[in-house]
Amino acid sequence: MSVLIYIENTDGVLKKSAFEAASYGKEIADSLQCDTVAVSIGNVTTHELEKLGNYGVKKVINITNDDLKTFVNQAYAAVITDVATKENAQVIIFTNSFTAKGLAPRVASKLKAGFVSGAISIPVITENSFQVKRTAFSNKAIATVSIQSDIKVITINPNAFAAKEVEGHAEIVNFEPSLESKDFGTMVKEIIRNTDKISLPDAEIVISAGRGLKGPENWGMIEELAQLLEAATACSKPVSDAGWRPHSEHVGQTGIVISPNLYIAIGISGAIQHLAGVSSSKTIVVINKDPEAPFFKVADYGIVGDAFVIVPKLIAAIKAHQGN
Amino acid sequence: MKILVCISNVPDTTSKITFTDNNTAFNNQGVQYIINPYDELALSKAIDLTNSGANGSITVITVGDSSTEATLRKALAIGADNAVRIDSRPLDAWYVANQIVEYAKDKNFDLILTGRESIDYNGGQLAGLLGDLLQIPSVSIVKGLNVINNEATIEREIEGGKEIIVTQLPVVIGAAEGIAEPKIANMRGIMGARTKPLDIIASTMVDPLTTIVTYEAPPVRGTVTLIEEDNIDELVSLLHHRAKVI
Ligand SMILES: Cc1cc2nc3c(=O)[nH]c(=O)nc-3n(C[C@H](O)[C@H](O)[C@H](O)COP(=O)(O)OP(=O)(O)OC[C@H]3O[C@@H](n4cnc5c(N)ncnc54)[C@H](O)[C@@H]3O)c2cc1C
Ligand SMILES: Cc1cc2nc3c(=O)[nH]c(=O)nc-3n(C[C@H](O)[C@H](O)[C@H](O)COP(=O)(O)OP(=O)(O)OC[C@H]3O[C@@H](n4cnc5c(N)ncnc54)[C@H](O)[C@@H]3O)c2cc1C
Repeated sequence: MSVLIYIENTDGVLKKSAFEAASYGKEIADSLQCDTVAVSIGNVTTHELEKLGNYGVKKVINITNDDLKTFVNQAYAAVITDVATKENAQVIIFTNSFTAKGLAPRVASKLKAGFVSGAISIPVITENSFQVKRTAFSNKAIATVSIQSDIKVITINPNAFAAKEVEGHAEIVNFEPSLESKDFGTMVKEIIRNTDKISLPDAEIVISAGRGLKGPENWGMIEELAQLLEAATACSKPVSDAGWRPHSEHVGQTGIVISPNLYIAIGISGAIQHLAGVSSSKTIVVINKDPEAPFFKVADYGIVGDAFVIVPKLIAAIKAHQGN
Repeated sequence: MKILVCISNVPDTTSKITFTDNNTAFNNQGVQYIINPYDELALSKAIDLTNSGANGSITVITVGDSSTEATLRKALAIGADNAVRIDSRPLDAWYVANQIVEYAKDKNFDLILTGRESIDYNGGQLAGLLGDLLQIPSVSIVKGLNVINNEATIEREIEGGKEIIVTQLPVVIGAAEGIAEPKIANMRGIMGARTKPLDIIASTMVDPLTTIVTYEAPPVRGTVTLIEEDNIDELVSLLHHRAKVI
């Protein structure tokens, strides 16, 4: 028996969320009294994979097959299912990335495994029940879900669980999967990356701005603040609808749902649909000229005033702080 | 082109979310229901792809009780040709996927469109489950879709960018923002919707794999600490020393 973790990398470097998933899996493995096994697909060095040992992973199944260089949903799902079966995996953990959103349900379907996405707690496991909490109704409720199937698939959000270092060593085992042509129904033609930008779903700090900024020409100070704090930029829906910012920055109920450590909202009123996407951020700072703006009700820190005055001051204060 | 659009009937985005029966069921008292916003985008895309039905047909399907029919009629008013309701409570995503597969498996749809996720249960599962059960490709979180002859070019969201994917039809697509502009029903559409077919089909036996045991409200946040605009150093200090986030 084992707990299997699917490990993602970007250009050969393990994502921070990979270590979070490893630690999450390790806690489940401890309560099931079994080992944590990781599976990695792509060109990741042994040295890089060995880091997982410090997060409780006992063995890494390393797949470097050339045909799997780019993401092929069906083939990846088949390979992970194959590994899960060989390792007798009881629970399979993914990070809730854009890729895993396509992959995890296919793996779950192949194994007839009950699937819970976006888990926010460590499962409570007893002899005859397995329960885990997740958010529902777009962050407006928390649901406790019981999984009845023998095998369980869980995805966890980036940033939701802290990675925990432990003493340990991971054995790296190279694995040559058997691939079938029927699983290569899709082909990646091109990958377009916004290279200079921090990825929004993974970001620990997010600077977000709304209609209060008046126009796209005023985003310079937002980007400067983001750069200073190594933060990603985000926006409200009307801002992306108006084409001031790209759709990929739109957060909320109908956009991306994020839970960074720090969310700074500038000139955003805090409509219920916006809050649905950001209310699980650990710390929320709101800058708005209207003291009655609903966003202040869910903020930890607030400044009432004109963004065009406050943001430059904030940039100066952070520069002074970083200078020390 | 023959298109199936999966429709989830969800509470309006401004609904107050409360629970009944000892916090085991959603309280739908006074709640307005709408087409899941992503499903509306999926339907709008289907209308674009079939050139408003001139080059193909659009079927909308939902798994739900009779209260979901108003939402199906709305989809017909926007531009679907016919609607199907599988008469059952949606027990879990696995259950729903199997019901839809049972209906779709022998109907040769070229495209099956779902939303990226429902805004009530937020599972984001259906597209992947349908793809696997029907043994065809599936792409979740799709921001752009183009179909020429039998080939689909798909723009998939990835962290910090996008991926362009090509595939032969049939394929399952999880529609996200950007795939289409939402369309609204006009008067002619609303009148026409009344006479379009809405078939009710019995469900098949499938055991769900998950059950929601209980609901609770999210933890309440503390009250806001207001900082004077002339005192921004204090904010930086609080974020550094107290919140420990910078
Ligand atoms: C089905 C549906 C789904 C939706 N999904 C989303 C979603 O996912 N995400 C989302 O964001 N919205 C969503 N919305 C829209 C949402 O209801 C709000 O309309 C939107 O969030 C408002 O954006 P905003 O806060 O930028 O603009 P506004 O509500 O116009 O607020 C602008 C704010 O800026 C402040 N302001 C103005 N000037 C200044 C200044 N100089 N300095 C400081 N503050 C200033 C104002 O006081 C005001 O509070 C959805 C709506 C619907 C109906
Ligand atoms: C009245 C009601 C009672 C419920 N009771 C329970 C319960 O007791 N226990 C429990 O675990 N869950 C319950 N659910 C949740 C239900 O199982 C899920 O909504 C559903 O199975 C799909 O999962 P999801 O919402 O996560 O879909 P996602 O995978 O997030 O949805 C993605 C897309 O799939 C399509 N889709 C989703 N749902 C349907 C549907 N019903 N018909 C057609 N297409 C659909 C839409 O295109 C949607 O955009 C209930 C839901 C409703 C509406």
